Amino acid sequence: MDVEILARLQFALTIAFHYIFPPLSIGLGLIMVTMEWKYLRTGNKVYETMTRFWTRIFALVFGIGVATGIVMEFEFGTNWAKYSRYVGDIFGSALAAEGIFAFALESGFLGVLLFGWNRVSSRVHFIATIGVFFGSLFSAVWIVIANSWQQTPAGYHIVGEGLNARAEITDFWAMVFNPSSIDRLTHVWLGAFLAGAFLVISVHAFYLLKDRYVELSQKALKTALVIATIASLAQLFTGHRSADGVAVNQPAKLAAFEGHYPENEPADMYLFGWVNEDKQEVKGLKITGGLSMLIHFDAKEPVAGLRSFPEDERPGKVNYVFQFYHLMVAIGILLIAISVFATIQWWRGKIFKQRWLLWVLAFSVILPQLSNQLGWFAAEMGRQPWVVYGHLRTSDALSESVNSGHVIFSLIFFTMIYILLLLLFFYLANKKIQKGPYEEDESENRLMLKDIAEQFEKRNN
Amino acid sequence: MQTFLGIDYPTLWFLVVGALFSGYAILDGFDLGAGAWHLFLREDKSRRIALNAVGPVWDGNEVWLVIGGGALFAGFPEAYASLFSAMYIPFILFLGFLIFRAVSIEFRSKEPMRWWRQVWDISYSVSSAMLALLLGVVLGNVLIGMSMDEQFVYTGKWIQFLNPYSLLVGLTSLSLFMVHGAIYLTMKTEDALFEKISRLLKRSIFVFTALFVVVTLVSLLAYPHLTDKFLSRPILLIVPLLAFLSIANVPRLATKGKYLRSFIFSSLAISFLLIIVAIELYPVIIIDKGSMVNSLTIYNAASSEKSLGIMLTIAAIGLPLVLAYTIFVYRTFWGKVKLDEHSY
Repeated sequence: MDVEILARLQFALTIAFHYIFPPLSIGLGLIMVTMEWKYLRTGNKVYETMTRFWTRIFALVFGIGVATGIVMEFEFGTNWAKYSRYVGDIFGSALAAEGIFAFALESGFLGVLLFGWNRVSSRVHFIATIGVFFGSLFSAVWIVIANSWQQTPAGYHIVGEGLNARAEITDFWAMVFNPSSIDRLTHVWLGAFLAGAFLVISVHAFYLLKDRYVELSQKALKTALVIATIASLAQLFTGHRSADGVAVNQPAKLAAFEGHYPENEPADMYLFGWVNEDKQEVKGLKITGGLSMLIHFDAKEPVAGLRSFPEDERPGKVNYVFQFYHLMVAIGILLIAISVFATIQWWRGKIFKQRWLLWVLAFSVILPQLSNQLGWFAAEMGRQPWVVYGHLRTSDALSESVNSGHVIFSLIFFTMIYILLLLLFFYLANKKIQKGPYEEDESENRLMLKDIAEQFEKRNN
Repeated sequence: MQTFLGIDYPTLWFLVVGALFSGYAILDGFDLGAGAWHLFLREDKSRRIALNAVGPVWDGNEVWLVIGGGALFAGFPEAYASLFSAMYIPFILFLGFLIFRAVSIEFRSKEPMRWWRQVWDISYSVSSAMLALLLGVVLGNVLIGMSMDEQFVYTGKWIQFLNPYSLLVGLTSLSLFMVHGAIYLTMKTEDALFEKISRLLKRSIFVFTALFVVVTLVSLLAYPHLTDKFLSRPILLIVPLLAFLSIANVPRLATKGKYLRSFIFSSLAISFLLIIVAIELYPVIIIDKGSMVNSLTIYNAASSEKSLGIMLTIAAIGLPLVLAYTIFVYRTFWGKVKLDEHSY
């Protein structure tokens, strides 16, 4: 296989794996801040216990996030040297800001968050929790800005020609607020909140199904459900804004999202379908003129299709892009349905009485993870063949001195290590979840009594 | 060319990158060093205490690597790209060991079985030592340079990173980090374990000193470009002198039981040694070993002045903040390790 495919495979593997974890830290960060705030406000110990519990899970997620994040940073240099030379001047300031304002903040306060419960006052501890949350939020800011610049470059000029060409910054704020930054950042943040909220919902729904830690789990589930409902609804808005932005700035990507080939005809929107790339057509269930409607508020308005772009300037794997994009949207809608329905049941006082609903909630954890991954695959594969849209081709971005032998070695090496890491994550997360929110010393007596009391209550009802 | 306090921007950023790598070497240096000692401790409880001495901080220490690497990418993208793609295998191995080490720390104390803990102890200790060694090997390669074409693309063989000089620098770094890690552990332990580590510390200082003398001699004899600046400007010799004094202070203070001061001097020694490297290289970052004409300097490898100006502003705002809360965190965890319910 050639170096380009191998290097892309390796990047896809390492980034997809990495991207399981940072969204979880961001989402759990928000949940921990909310829980600890409730504890400080109400003085109810149960909120402290659940905050402590989720900090322990957070630590695990954060640790794997850091370890796999260093891989990403080094990989730009090891595998994509030409790309690094090309974008270094632009990414420089974003990376510097990310390191200093985000990572240092996050990891600095993490020690206090995890190990400081008995060493600092609860107020100082709360500040540390907020510090960690803000650190994780900021870390998303700068990397999403850098990626958005690759999608919609702004605030730069190109110096040098041919092999020596590279982008140089001319306007820092234009680079930061490039046309897609804000829409994509909010979309990513909300996706992260969903990942965190649904993990919490899932674990506590699982406890409720097993009749464990009932009072705590009910409170925790409700806290996370509020966040999940707001985030999943808001995602509709940021998703729409993102799609609008793609229509203006990356028309070839939009055409690939919907498998729209004709040069200048009204475009349909598919609920689901299959792209035949040879015949350049889509079969499936569609809303005629839907895409035109979405962009121009007029179903008859023509939209530039894939054939309007030279063959070597459109995404290659149109069907994949189409499927990833549509699955992401479908899961987004499903998340809205689940969270809104659960909220209604909560309002009607029925949420904890329907076991099937708790089962659905327990399994829902996988959904935001899937849609986050699918969304990125659609975004990145839809940008192909460019790594910097309109300027640098992915095939020109590789390290000149690295051959396929090197990449095969590292690809196998990373695959093995990441399998180990994934096993570690499941093993430790399972252990922590099975052990439950109460730490050993306090759990034994208090919990037994509580469970017995709850059993009695149930029978009496 | 724009300047600040009479220093041009690329030089300033060179100092920033140097300070970050120096901070990383001091911080991750002691936890890698402590990890390398792990197998020298026999009892399970000793190992747990040693592990928990670095438990709250190793993650944060590694963040300095993320920031240092980011700063190199940001300020000198050409050097970052050339170095990382040329040193492909060592960097991939480095990443692998970094992950193995994190996995071992997390896994180790989770199950009580003897074989389980033994496996992760070995993996933790070996990966800690390999990381220290690989950092030194990469440094060694930077010192002697590598062959590049006019696009600054590496033209050597992938295996060339394994040359005798770089391996020697690697072993020296490993022994330095082990001295540094042992002093850190003496601050964090008590009683029998403390005694044992004090003994190990003394032996390791001897090993480090011997290796350091050899590296210095080899550099003088075989790589004149590494010493010419000191020979032409004798005033600069004050830096090696300070490095030497710091190193000499380490065992002196340790014998007196002043471990904190001893730790400060071993941190200073690491800084001074890196300053020597910086003086030797400046303004070159990577020497073109082949024709000597395609060397990467802080000028031809740098980002634009505008970009450097923005980054310097960010660093000026951010670094004091980082320092402030780093000190806060270390103060919170000051003192000897007591195992409690949050421990590894």
